[in-house]
Amino acid sequence: MTVRVQTGDFDAGRELALLRGGDRRVGAVAAFIGTVRDINDDATVATLTLEHYPGMTEKALTAIVDEARSRWDIVDALVIHRVGKLAPADQIVLVGVTSAHRGEAFAACEFIMDYLKTRAPFWKKEATPDGVRWVDARASDDDAAARWEEAATSGPKA
Amino acid sequence: MRDAPAPTLTLVYLARLRDAFGAAGERVVLPADVTTAAQLREWLAARGGAWAIELAPGRAVRIAVNHDIAQPETPVRPGDEVALLPPVTGG
Repeated sequence: MTVRVQTGDFDAGRELALLRGGDRRVGAVAAFIGTVRDINDDATVATLTLEHYPGMTEKALTAIVDEARSRWDIVDALVIHRVGKLAPADQIVLVGVTSAHRGEAFAACEFIMDYLKTRAPFWKKEATPDGVRWVDARASDDDAAARWEEAATSGPKA
Repeated sequence: MRDAPAPTLTLVYLARLRDAFGAAGERVVLPADVTTAAQLREWLAARGGAWAIELAPGRAVRIAVNHDIAQPETPVRPGDEVALLPPVTGG
């Protein structure tokens, strides 16, 4: 398992190749990349600054990946999250999951992202033409994470 | 005989709460009747001003004790690192 918080960019191809590591049990690799949008809540975003709570962040991400491993039969998982100042179109986060079959990899990858959005201590601050503002949490993210509370291991409820 | 220094608890304020409180954290000596996360929140809210506003009942603030999310009844003790977290917005 790899969990990393870093200021620099990541090369998803390289990271996923490392995650696979030539493991012949792997028949599926699912990946998600989150990037910075230029519009949020109807305002133009010039820059996005991400901060986190060092010490807790790594612990929280590791717990989320452990939870995914307990729910699905996956081979390995990777989470890289950037912090610091980012611009529109920059990469923010990479989640990668390997498994024997695609269903487990897709489900575990989506689960990790949904839990990351609601449980990992990261905060976004946007610079817009109207000034600097902390981004508000979205109820839709809570809803996305809640789907997994009662879901079977095959995936979220519709 | 000199008294030993009072044992302190470390408070950490993150993101929006750091801006609201004007500090990244502080060390505090807990009153004897503050022994849980919920009691700590009420004690801080009683400072008034931004504290009363941000920590009012119903405001979405989570508390982490030693890097784990706490429940209202989670114990807080001298030596702990207790963080006040606004709703997270990563990813």
